[in-house]
Amino acid sequence: MGLRRAVAGVFGDQGFVTTRLDSLVGWSRKYSLFVYPFVTACCGMEYMSVSCAHYDLDRFGAALPRFSPRQADVLMVVGTISHKIAPVLRRVYDQMTEPKWVVAFGVCTCTGGFYNNYATVQGIDTIVPVDVYIPGCPPRPETVLDGVMKLQDKIQKQRQEY
Amino acid sequence: MGATSDTIREHFPDLVLHSHAAFGDETVCVRPEGVAPVARFLKYGAIPAFDVLVDLTAVDYPGEDPRFEMVYHFYSLVGRIRLRMKARVSGDPPEIDSLVSLWKGANWYEREVWDMFGVRFRGHPDLRRILMYDGFEGHPLRKDYPIRKRQPLVGPVN
Repeated sequence: MGLRRAVAGVFGDQGFVTTRLDSLVGWSRKYSLFVYPFVTACCGMEYMSVSCAHYDLDRFGAALPRFSPRQADVLMVVGTISHKIAPVLRRVYDQMTEPKWVVAFGVCTCTGGFYNNYATVQGIDTIVPVDVYIPGCPPRPETVLDGVMKLQDKIQKQRQEY
Repeated sequence: MGATSDTIREHFPDLVLHSHAAFGDETVCVRPEGVAPVARFLKYGAIPAFDVLVDLTAVDYPGEDPRFEMVYHFYSLVGRIRLRMKARVSGDPPEIDSLVSLWKGANWYEREVWDMFGVRFRGHPDLRRILMYDGFEGHPLRKDYPIRKRQPLVGPVN
Protein backbone atom coordinates (compact mmCIF):
# COMPACT_ATOMS: atom_id res chain seq x y z
CA MET A 1 0.00 0.00 0.00
CA GLY A 2 2.73 2.37 0.92
CA LEU A 3 4.73 1.27 -2.12
CA ARG A 4 1.86 1.99 -4.41
CA ARG A 5 1.41 5.45 -3.01
CA ALA A 6 5.14 6.03 -3.33
CA VAL A 7 5.14 4.90 -6.97
CA ALA A 8 2.03 6.93 -7.70
CA GLY A 9 3.86 9.93 -6.38
CA VAL A 10 6.64 9.47 -8.96
CA PHE A 11 4.68 8.35 -12.02
CA GLY A 12 1.27 9.78 -11.28
CA ASP A 13 -1.41 7.34 -12.24
CA GLN A 14 0.55 5.67 -15.03
CA GLY A 15 2.06 2.77 -13.11
CA PHE A 16 4.99 0.80 -14.55
CA VAL A 17 5.67 -2.62 -15.97
CA THR A 18 8.67 -4.87 -15.42
CA THR A 19 9.90 -7.38 -17.96
CA ARG A 20 13.10 -8.84 -19.34
CA LEU A 21 14.89 -6.99 -22.11
CA ASP A 22 14.77 -10.16 -24.21
CA SER A 23 10.98 -10.29 -24.01
CA LEU A 24 10.63 -6.62 -24.83
CA VAL A 25 12.90 -6.85 -27.82
CA GLY A 26 11.17 -10.05 -28.89
CA TRP A 27 7.80 -8.36 -28.65
CA SER A 28 8.94 -5.48 -30.81
CA ARG A 29 10.66 -7.72 -33.37
CA LYS A 30 7.75 -10.07 -33.80
CA TYR A 31 5.26 -7.30 -34.51
CA SER A 32 7.40 -5.56 -37.09
CA LEU A 33 8.34 -8.21 -39.58
CA PHE A 34 9.72 -7.08 -42.92
CA VAL A 35 9.17 -9.94 -45.29
CA TYR A 36 11.37 -10.67 -48.33
CA PRO A 37 8.99 -12.65 -50.53
CA PHE A 38 11.26 -14.87 -52.63
CA VAL A 39 8.40 -15.96 -54.87
CA THR A 40 9.02 -18.33 -57.78
CA ALA A 41 5.80 -20.27 -58.47
CA CYS A 42 2.14 -20.97 -57.73
CA CYS A 43 2.46 -20.46 -53.95
CA GLY A 44 2.93 -16.81 -54.84
CA MET A 45 -0.80 -16.65 -55.51
CA GLU A 46 -1.49 -17.73 -51.95
CA TYR A 47 1.07 -15.23 -50.65
CA MET A 48 -0.81 -12.52 -52.53
CA SER A 49 -4.12 -13.68 -51.02
CA VAL A 50 -2.65 -13.64 -47.56
CA SER A 51 -1.24 -10.14 -48.05
CA CYS A 52 -4.44 -8.65 -49.36
CA ALA A 53 -7.60 -7.53 -47.66
CA HIS A 54 -9.51 -10.69 -46.82
CA TYR A 55 -6.82 -12.62 -44.92
CA ASP A 56 -4.68 -9.57 -44.22
CA LEU A 57 -1.10 -10.11 -43.17
CA ASP A 58 -0.96 -6.44 -42.14
CA ARG A 59 -2.68 -7.11 -38.83
CA PHE A 60 0.37 -9.19 -37.84
CA GLY A 61 2.66 -6.31 -38.59
CA ALA A 62 4.09 -8.04 -41.64
CA ALA A 63 2.53 -5.84 -44.28
CA LEU A 64 5.44 -4.31 -46.10
CA PRO A 65 7.52 -6.53 -48.35
CA ARG A 66 11.11 -5.44 -48.69
CA PHE A 67 12.85 -6.50 -51.86
CA SER A 68 16.30 -5.76 -50.60
CA PRO A 69 17.91 -8.38 -48.39
CA ARG A 70 19.57 -5.67 -46.32
CA GLN A 71 16.21 -4.24 -45.28
CA ALA A 72 14.34 -7.48 -44.67
CA ASP A 73 14.32 -9.78 -41.69
CA VAL A 74 12.13 -12.69 -42.77
CA LEU A 75 13.08 -14.54 -45.95
CA MET A 76 9.84 -16.15 -47.05
CA VAL A 77 10.72 -18.68 -49.74
CA VAL A 78 7.55 -19.20 -51.75
CA GLY A 79 7.40 -21.73 -54.58
CA THR A 80 9.60 -24.35 -56.18
CA ILE A 81 13.35 -23.81 -56.01
CA SER A 82 15.24 -25.30 -58.94
CA HIS A 83 18.96 -26.04 -58.99
CA LYS A 84 19.42 -23.04 -61.26
CA ILE A 85 18.02 -20.52 -58.75
CA ALA A 86 19.48 -22.23 -55.64
CA PRO A 87 22.78 -20.26 -55.62
CA VAL A 88 20.76 -17.03 -55.90
CA LEU A 89 18.67 -18.01 -52.88
CA ARG A 90 21.80 -18.80 -50.89
CA ARG A 91 23.33 -15.46 -51.85
CA VAL A 92 20.17 -13.53 -50.86
CA TYR A 93 20.14 -15.33 -47.50
CA ASP A 94 23.82 -14.56 -46.94
CA GLN A 95 23.26 -10.87 -47.69
CA MET A 96 20.52 -10.49 -45.10
CA THR A 97 21.60 -8.92 -41.83
CA GLU A 98 20.96 -10.39 -38.40
CA PRO A 99 18.41 -11.03 -36.96
CA LYS A 100 16.93 -13.08 -39.76
CA TRP A 101 14.48 -15.92 -40.05
CA VAL A 102 13.49 -18.17 -42.94
CA VAL A 103 10.01 -19.46 -43.67
CA ALA A 104 9.58 -22.38 -46.06
CA PHE A 105 6.21 -21.71 -47.71
CA GLY A 106 4.63 -24.64 -49.53
CA VAL A 107 5.70 -28.27 -49.88
CA CYS A 108 8.13 -27.56 -52.72
CA THR A 109 10.31 -25.59 -50.35
CA CYS A 110 9.79 -27.96 -47.41
CA THR A 111 10.74 -31.21 -49.14
CA GLY A 112 10.70 -30.71 -52.88
CA GLY A 113 6.97 -31.44 -53.03
CA PHE A 114 5.95 -33.84 -55.75
CA TYR A 115 8.96 -32.80 -57.89
CA ASN A 116 11.24 -35.69 -57.00
CA ASN A 117 13.45 -35.12 -60.08
CA TYR A 118 16.65 -33.82 -61.62
CA ALA A 119 15.74 -30.15 -61.49
CA THR A 120 14.28 -29.40 -58.05
CA VAL A 121 15.99 -28.81 -54.73
CA GLN A 122 14.58 -31.41 -52.33
CA GLY A 123 13.84 -29.00 -49.54
CA ILE A 124 15.48 -25.61 -49.03
CA ASP A 125 16.79 -26.73 -45.65
CA THR A 126 19.58 -28.35 -47.66
CA ILE A 127 20.69 -24.82 -48.54
CA VAL A 128 19.52 -22.40 -45.83
CA PRO A 129 18.47 -22.97 -42.19
CA VAL A 130 14.68 -22.87 -41.91
CA ASP A 131 12.67 -21.70 -38.91
CA VAL A 132 9.08 -22.44 -39.88
CA TYR A 133 7.80 -24.97 -42.41
CA ILE A 134 4.36 -24.26 -43.87
CA PRO A 135 3.13 -27.32 -45.77
CA GLY A 136 0.42 -27.24 -48.39
CA CYS A 137 0.16 -27.19 -52.14
CA PRO A 138 -0.59 -24.37 -51.92
CA PRO A 139 -1.24 -23.83 -48.21
CA ARG A 140 -4.54 -22.20 -47.39
CA PRO A 141 -4.14 -18.60 -46.17
CA GLU A 142 -5.22 -19.69 -42.70
CA THR A 143 -2.32 -22.16 -42.67
CA VAL A 144 0.05 -19.37 -43.65
CA LEU A 145 -1.25 -17.14 -40.89
CA ASP A 146 -0.81 -20.02 -38.45
CA GLY A 147 2.78 -20.35 -39.64
CA VAL A 148 3.39 -16.62 -39.19
CA MET A 149 1.98 -16.82 -35.67
CA LYS A 150 4.30 -19.75 -34.90
CA LEU A 151 7.19 -17.66 -36.18
CA GLN A 152 6.10 -14.84 -33.91
CA ASP A 153 6.05 -17.24 -30.93
CA LYS A 154 9.55 -18.36 -31.83
CA ILE A 155 10.79 -14.79 -32.09
CA GLN A 156 9.22 -13.85 -28.76
CA LYS A 157 10.70 -16.79 -26.89
CA GLN A 158 14.16 -16.93 -28.42
CA ARG A 159 17.25 -15.57 -26.80
CA GLN A 160 17.71 -12.27 -28.62
CA GLU A 161 21.00 -11.29 -30.19
CA TYR A 162 22.01 -7.67 -30.16
CA MET B 1 -4.93 -39.17 -97.18
CA GLY B 2 -5.51 -35.49 -96.61
CA ALA B 3 -5.24 -32.55 -98.93
CA THR B 4 -2.22 -31.00 -97.27
CA SER B 5 -0.23 -34.23 -97.25
CA ASP B 6 -1.00 -34.70 -100.94
CA THR B 7 0.21 -31.20 -101.73
CA ILE B 8 3.44 -31.77 -99.85
CA ARG B 9 3.93 -35.12 -101.53
CA GLU B 10 3.50 -33.48 -104.95
CA HIS B 11 6.16 -30.86 -104.26
CA PHE B 12 8.62 -33.07 -102.38
CA PRO B 13 8.12 -36.63 -103.56
CA ASP B 14 11.46 -37.96 -102.34
CA LEU B 15 11.31 -36.33 -98.87
CA VAL B 16 7.97 -37.56 -97.59
CA LEU B 17 8.07 -40.99 -96.02
CA HIS B 18 4.44 -41.51 -95.13
CA SER B 19 1.41 -39.71 -93.81
CA HIS B 20 -1.80 -40.42 -91.99
CA ALA B 21 -4.87 -38.56 -90.80
CA ALA B 22 -7.09 -38.87 -87.75
CA PHE B 23 -9.95 -36.79 -86.36
CA GLY B 24 -9.59 -34.23 -89.10
CA ASP B 25 -5.88 -33.50 -88.53
CA GLU B 26 -3.02 -34.80 -90.62
CA THR B 27 0.46 -35.99 -89.84
CA VAL B 28 3.25 -36.16 -92.37
CA CYS B 29 6.57 -37.89 -91.75
CA VAL B 30 9.57 -36.56 -93.66
CA ARG B 31 13.27 -37.24 -93.90
CA PRO B 32 15.39 -35.07 -91.58
CA GLU B 33 16.98 -33.18 -94.46
CA GLY B 34 13.48 -32.31 -95.63
CA VAL B 35 12.43 -30.45 -92.50
CA ALA B 36 13.70 -27.03 -93.61
CA PRO B 37 12.44 -27.13 -97.25
CA VAL B 38 9.02 -28.49 -96.28
CA ALA B 39 8.65 -25.94 -93.47
CA ARG B 40 9.56 -23.11 -95.85
CA PHE B 41 7.00 -24.39 -98.32
CA LEU B 42 4.35 -24.63 -95.60
CA LYS B 43 4.96 -21.07 -94.52
CA TYR B 44 5.22 -19.37 -97.91
CA GLY B 45 4.09 -21.76 -100.63
CA ALA B 46 1.15 -23.73 -99.31
CA ILE B 47 -2.43 -22.62 -99.70
CA PRO B 48 -3.57 -22.01 -97.04
CA ALA B 49 -0.22 -20.97 -95.59
CA PHE B 50 0.73 -22.44 -92.23
CA ASP B 51 1.85 -19.24 -90.58
CA VAL B 52 1.96 -20.33 -86.94
CA LEU B 53 4.50 -22.75 -85.51
CA VAL B 54 2.59 -24.07 -82.54
CA ASP B 55 5.05 -26.51 -81.01
CA LEU B 56 8.46 -28.03 -81.52
CA THR B 57 9.58 -30.97 -79.46
CA ALA B 58 11.30 -34.35 -79.56
CA VAL B 59 10.69 -37.94 -78.49
CA ASP B 60 13.33 -40.47 -77.47
CA TYR B 61 12.89 -44.06 -78.66
CA PRO B 62 15.91 -45.68 -77.05
CA GLY B 63 15.89 -49.06 -78.72
CA GLU B 64 15.31 -47.83 -82.24
CA ASP B 65 17.50 -46.32 -84.90
CA PRO B 66 17.09 -43.44 -85.70
CA ARG B 67 16.61 -42.73 -82.04
CA PHE B 68 15.03 -39.27 -81.79
CA GLU B 69 11.85 -38.13 -83.47
CA MET B 70 11.37 -34.41 -83.96
CA VAL B 71 7.73 -33.33 -83.84
CA TYR B 72 6.52 -30.02 -85.28
CA HIS B 73 2.98 -28.68 -85.04
CA PHE B 74 1.75 -26.04 -87.50
CA TYR B 75 -1.50 -24.08 -87.63
CA SER B 76 -2.98 -22.06 -90.46
CA LEU B 77 -4.90 -19.00 -89.29
CA VAL B 78 -6.57 -18.49 -92.66
CA GLY B 79 -7.51 -22.08 -93.32
CA ARG B 80 -7.99 -23.01 -89.65
CA ILE B 81 -6.33 -26.37 -90.09
CA ARG B 82 -3.51 -28.04 -88.20
CA LEU B 83 -0.65 -30.17 -89.40
CA ARG B 84 1.91 -32.31 -87.61
CA MET B 85 5.29 -32.95 -89.17
CA LYS B 86 7.62 -35.61 -87.83
CA ALA B 87 11.22 -36.41 -88.68
CA ARG B 88 13.53 -39.06 -87.25
CA VAL B 89 17.13 -38.12 -86.51
CA SER B 90 20.10 -40.01 -85.23
CA GLY B 91 23.77 -39.36 -84.66
CA ASP B 92 26.11 -38.37 -81.88
CA PRO B 93 24.99 -35.68 -81.29
CA PRO B 94 21.91 -35.83 -83.53
CA GLU B 95 21.63 -32.81 -85.80
CA ILE B 96 18.84 -31.21 -87.75
CA ASP B 97 18.25 -27.85 -89.42
CA SER B 98 16.96 -25.00 -87.32
CA LEU B 99 13.67 -23.26 -88.09
CA VAL B 100 14.68 -19.98 -86.42
CA SER B 101 15.14 -18.26 -89.79
CA LEU B 102 11.47 -18.93 -90.56
CA TRP B 103 9.84 -18.60 -87.13
CA LYS B 104 11.56 -16.56 -84.41
CA GLY B 105 9.51 -18.42 -81.82
CA ALA B 106 11.36 -21.63 -82.59
CA ASN B 107 14.42 -20.22 -80.80
CA TRP B 108 13.53 -21.21 -77.25
CA TYR B 109 11.80 -24.46 -78.27
CA GLU B 110 15.00 -25.60 -79.96
CA ARG B 111 17.04 -24.55 -76.94
CA GLU B 112 14.73 -26.67 -74.78
CA VAL B 113 15.16 -29.69 -77.09
CA TRP B 114 18.93 -29.23 -76.99
CA ASP B 115 18.89 -29.01 -73.19
CA MET B 116 16.57 -31.96 -72.59
CA PHE B 117 17.44 -34.31 -75.48
CA GLY B 118 20.75 -33.23 -76.90
CA VAL B 119 19.63 -32.61 -80.50
CA ARG B 120 21.77 -29.89 -82.13
CA PHE B 121 20.19 -27.40 -84.51
CA ARG B 122 22.30 -26.23 -87.45
CA GLY B 123 22.00 -22.49 -87.93
CA HIS B 124 20.61 -21.69 -84.50
CA PRO B 125 21.99 -18.30 -83.40
CA ASP B 126 22.42 -19.08 -79.68
CA LEU B 127 22.13 -22.77 -78.86
CA ARG B 128 22.62 -23.16 -75.12
CA ARG B 129 20.79 -24.63 -72.15
CA ILE B 130 17.58 -22.97 -71.11
CA LEU B 131 16.06 -24.89 -68.20
CA MET B 132 19.14 -26.41 -66.54
CA TYR B 133 22.18 -24.48 -65.41
CA ASP B 134 25.14 -24.16 -67.76
CA GLY B 135 27.45 -26.72 -66.17
CA PHE B 136 24.83 -29.48 -66.03
CA GLU B 137 26.05 -32.77 -67.49
CA GLY B 138 23.80 -34.89 -69.61
CA HIS B 139 20.40 -34.47 -71.16
CA PRO B 140 17.72 -35.25 -68.58
CA LEU B 141 14.75 -36.27 -70.73
CA ARG B 142 16.69 -38.99 -72.55
CA LYS B 143 15.44 -42.38 -71.45
CA ASP B 144 18.91 -43.47 -70.34
CA TYR B 145 19.35 -40.57 -67.90
CA PRO B 146 19.08 -42.13 -64.39
CA ILE B 147 15.77 -41.06 -62.89
CA ARG B 148 17.07 -40.45 -59.38
CA LYS B 149 20.36 -38.79 -60.33
CA ARG B 150 20.93 -35.41 -58.65
CA GLN B 151 23.39 -32.73 -59.70
CA PRO B 152 22.90 -29.87 -57.26
CA LEU B 153 24.88 -26.63 -57.64
CA VAL B 154 24.73 -25.88 -53.91
CA GLY B 155 23.72 -28.23 -51.17
CA PRO B 156 24.16 -31.97 -50.69
CA VAL B 157 23.45 -34.69 -53.22
CA ASN B 158 20.59 -36.40 -51.45
